[in-house]
Amino acid sequence: MEANSKLIFESDDFEVVGTKGLDAEKISKPSITFWSDVWRRFRANKLSVVGLIILVLVVLMVCFGPMISGKDYQFIDYNMKNIKPNGTYWFGTDEMGRDIFTRVCYGGRISIIIGIACTVVSFIIGSALGGIAGYLGGVVDDFLMRVIEIIGSIPYLVLIVILSFVLGRSMFALVFAMTITAWTGTARMVRGQVMQLKQQDFVAAATALGASPARIIVKHLLPNTLGIIIVNLTLSIPSFIFSESFLSYIGLGVQPPETSWGALASLYQTRLMFDPYQLFFPCLMIVLTVLSFHLIGDGLTDALDPKLRK
Amino acid sequence: MSEKKVLVEVKDLKKHFKVGKNAILKAVDGISFQIYKGETLGIVGESGCGKTTCGKTVMGLYPATSGDIIFDGIKVNELKGKEKKDFTRKAQIIFQDPYSSLDPRMTVGDIIGEGIDIHGLYTGQARTDKIYELLRTINMTSEHANRFPHEFSGGQRQRIGIARALAIEPEFIVCDEPISALDVSIQAQIINLLIRLQKERGLTYMFIAHDLSMVKHISDRVGVMYLGKMVEMAPSYELYTNPKHPYTEALMSSIPIPDPETEREKKRINIEGEIPSPINPKPGCRFASRCRYATDRCRQETPEFREVGPEHFAACHRIGEE
Repeated sequence: MEANSKLIFESDDFEVVGTKGLDAEKISKPSITFWSDVWRRFRANKLSVVGLIILVLVVLMVCFGPMISGKDYQFIDYNMKNIKPNGTYWFGTDEMGRDIFTRVCYGGRISIIIGIACTVVSFIIGSALGGIAGYLGGVVDDFLMRVIEIIGSIPYLVLIVILSFVLGRSMFALVFAMTITAWTGTARMVRGQVMQLKQQDFVAAATALGASPARIIVKHLLPNTLGIIIVNLTLSIPSFIFSESFLSYIGLGVQPPETSWGALASLYQTRLMFDPYQLFFPCLMIVLTVLSFHLIGDGLTDALDPKLRK
Repeated sequence: MSEKKVLVEVKDLKKHFKVGKNAILKAVDGISFQIYKGETLGIVGESGCGKTTCGKTVMGLYPATSGDIIFDGIKVNELKGKEKKDFTRKAQIIFQDPYSSLDPRMTVGDIIGEGIDIHGLYTGQARTDKIYELLRTINMTSEHANRFPHEFSGGQRQRIGIARALAIEPEFIVCDEPISALDVSIQAQIINLLIRLQKERGLTYMFIAHDLSMVKHISDRVGVMYLGKMVEMAPSYELYTNPKHPYTEALMSSIPIPDPETEREKKRINIEGEIPSPINPKPGCRFASRCRYATDRCRQETPEFREVGPEHFAACHRIGEE
């Protein structure tokens, strides 16, 4: 009772019981960089990890398969034609007695190389032009967007047929024909992203600090668009593989003796009635590759989106 | 009073945005003021009155439509190249939104060091030391330098923004509503930091805000903006006790008083209606449509921004009439 009756307090009556000094500013969590955080969230997505494993296996098989099987993909042996899959010929042989496993590996190299080459080319052109349009805006933006609309309005199959007449049917012509229309999508996407980013205060802050446009692009705009670009890269590789397969299937793509998964599918469909396994393997590889890229892309979308951070 | 050195002088500054065919948004429409070295000029006004545009135009982030900005005797609004870069060393800005003002892909150390890198002030170990020193200035520790902005709270981010502005040792800082995105306990922290830095480094501030009590606390002089125009400017005590312009009068009566009895007794002047659109504004006094004293003269003639008392400027026909 007596203790409570004291109503006037002096500063001596109090003592500090809480925290003192800078402890409040301490962060106990270890520092994580952006990319390690992305990897952590990517790993959390089981399906994407499965996709990544499938992709690694496919790539390993395509790279080292011919060495393991020890056969030549062009070697013709009429005594060995249309053999069903067995211990020696893992995927069987075709009607000219060639080992399908080795051919699928070689075809995969071409398919994947074309997929990556097209993606790289279309992303370099697309991000450069999209970035310029988005950053400069105004007349430059209007002009580039009209160009993109015009290119986008030409059916790409028509373009490819014309180009294959002009340039001949080489791998270069194929990459050229597929990228000439595909970069427009990238350009649109990068333009939108850059336009959104350049309104952000950190770009204004850099300008206020005296940063040159080149510095703003390299240090601020590009690193911030990288996430969305990577997601789209992983999603566009399979679409190029798909297009290549389709073009090879209808005879506009890779020409013999070179081969690709699409070309193999086209060749082996003639034997579908008698030896369905011949068509099955190249198709399986296309499906596995495309599926794995999609799964990875899906996981990356979530992992790279800062709004979905947990 | 006349001994004060003018650091920044803004003369008849206009910033118009074209928003469509025959539609011009007059965000800042002919304002003039001076900022003395070492003082804090507060700019207040309701949302959309052009405070931020005014601050960013002074900084050169928006090109001015017309008018002059004179910094330390040099006309800065038409500078190019190297001279412009030199100006950026002397004047800096702190942004309103601490979330969009820091690049999410850069570490705090790199964000703070950006100005140092651009102007090539320090390299190597000296740069690191300088960044650590700046972190200590804003009550953070060197271990924060390798972290990313997303690991910090709003108040911490705002302090990082302040450190970035301080890194190149400017003389003048535009504070564009640096506290409006923060909660009250953090606001005091930021304000006290700004006041401390001003004392230590003799900084000059242009402090843009809509929190009237906070502006009174930090500013030496306060300017009130309404729809792209400066309507009144006076030393802060004078403005808060003796407002001349009807808009300022109404604004001041809206400040809550931390005493329930006085607050209950207080007469509040309510302003009717909404703020008119700044797109193609009508001639005459901008405030006429909402002013309770408005006459025909107010609707036709634009009032001049004139001296109505010592250091006290206002733009209203009524003053001195009765």
